[in-house]
Amino acid sequence: MAEKIATREAYGNALAEFGDIYDFVVLDADLAAATKTATFKKKFPDRFFDCGIAEGNMISVAAGIATTGKVVFASSFAMFAAGRAYEQVRNSVGYPHLNVKIGATHAGITVGEDGATHQCIEDFALMRAIPGMTVINPADAVEARAAVEAAIRFNGPVYMRFGRYAVPVLYDKETYRFEMGKGIRMTEGNDLTIIATGMMVDMAIEASKLLANEGIRTRVINIHTIKPIDKDIILNAAQETGAIVTAEEHSVIGGLGSAVSEVVCEGCPVPVVKVGIEDKFGRSGKVPPLLELYGLTTANIVEKAKIALNLKKANK
Amino acid sequence: MEQTKLQQLKQIAAKIRLGILDGVHAASSGHPGGSLSIAELITYLYFAEMKVDPSNPKWEDRDRLVLSKGHTAPALYAALAEKGFFPREELKTLRHVDSFLQGHPDMKGTPGVDMSTGSLGLGFSSACGIALAAKLAGKDYRTYAIIGDGESEEGQIWEAAMFASHYKLDNLCAIFDWNGLQIDGPVAEVMNPTPHDSKLEAFGFHVISIDGHDFEQIEAAFAEARAVKDKPVAIIAKTVKGKGVSYMENQVGWHGSAPNDEQYEAAVAEIKATM
Repeated sequence: MAEKIATREAYGNALAEFGDIYDFVVLDADLAAATKTATFKKKFPDRFFDCGIAEGNMISVAAGIATTGKVVFASSFAMFAAGRAYEQVRNSVGYPHLNVKIGATHAGITVGEDGATHQCIEDFALMRAIPGMTVINPADAVEARAAVEAAIRFNGPVYMRFGRYAVPVLYDKETYRFEMGKGIRMTEGNDLTIIATGMMVDMAIEASKLLANEGIRTRVINIHTIKPIDKDIILNAAQETGAIVTAEEHSVIGGLGSAVSEVVCEGCPVPVVKVGIEDKFGRSGKVPPLLELYGLTTANIVEKAKIALNLKKANK
Repeated sequence: MEQTKLQQLKQIAAKIRLGILDGVHAASSGHPGGSLSIAELITYLYFAEMKVDPSNPKWEDRDRLVLSKGHTAPALYAALAEKGFFPREELKTLRHVDSFLQGHPDMKGTPGVDMSTGSLGLGFSSACGIALAAKLAGKDYRTYAIIGDGESEEGQIWEAAMFASHYKLDNLCAIFDWNGLQIDGPVAEVMNPTPHDSKLEAFGFHVISIDGHDFEQIEAAFAEARAVKDKPVAIIAKTVKGKGVSYMENQVGWHGSAPNDEQYEAAVAEIKATM
């Protein structure tokens, strides 16, 4: 069984690791212990600034620091980074295209017991609508680490989404290469494609195994960069497999499923069936029953895959 | 203050007022009232206080100004043009679709603009970030923010005030333009943010209250601000909205409307008569 690590853990470790190599500062809003920026704070106390429970101010402060040429990470839960501080992200960071990296943890319903007020399921929609914003959602700890380094080296605003829940490690740190804006083919197949992001990538791979048992050869694609999205890999999948399922721990409105649909509708219309949260708020609970309740399981992906295959057949 | 310096500053303030009028008149829109109220403050900042280099707008050791009340961009643009950051003729392109003078300050497009602002409450926080970055880099540049009295109804102003004080940003000087009017009426009636002085003191600021049109008081306030250590400074500048154009003075209607041709001519004549 693969090792399980939460991407927030990898985020904090990456900040501490890359703090030795790159010159950047880290801001948090009283959640350093939870976002794991505390790992950086411990090693580089002079480069860490707690902004208190004032997320809007934190983002605009980060923008100010960035005007002087310094790379800044600003962290909070996704709910408060993308939600509370949406307008600061848009107007203080996005509009002047400043070099602020937003490390948003505790995204999606896998926040668990804290419930709906803390379970941000709209952040892709909000962040990808901001002109020039890069949006990244790593699938595992290895990808999260690499994404942090890529964000440091990239000139411009980046929104990075990390999870609270421990998820399987899919990649080998020694061989993994992160290329911003490029999807990754995880399995090969031409019957249909599952395009997944974040923690759903592992489930998509599991789903492809179940489908293989029924003779269905599935291409699984990991989209770690929600924006700019990899149009080529999506259009190739549409052309070569003729049916797509998307899977994300996010609302089906405005997230990966929407982004894929936009590309497919304009370039190569084929059925796109979405696995995601169906226009509902989350609720308190342990993560496994929450995933069941909100339809974010391997079985849900398999079910949607069959719907997509039927639509593909009907289209012929 | 020497008489020659005082006369020079008054002349520049008058030119900046003309620049404001040229801009909003040519745009047929914009915010003359709160631009005119900061004419002396912004004149003093760019012509007597701040280290800036118009030939090198991104000079990393320059002093910074964040116009947190970004809708009064016409005053900032007029000051930058007068200082030589770009030709004065550009002021008449304000708010035009092919202009680099946006309705609210755009640091990407306009030489000399240190931070994009306009959405109220955000700029002061960014000024805090710039001031913090100076401390981090061991640089001695200073950061100024101009904040509206109405703007200080925004909660984020007070988040920023907390931050500035917590991190002892004594290289930050917040100037509150106290013209007493906002869109819906007198600030005291719409949502009274007073008393500002004791609130800011409670937030850990060194507070200086002045007449924002009196250059001698402005000079003294900035000198006092420079001497303060370990805490941020707030200058509360009592001003007159629409100052210098008699029919605009203290009239809330001139917050965000432009003069027509006739009104423009009258305003220009009134200001030129003082030069």
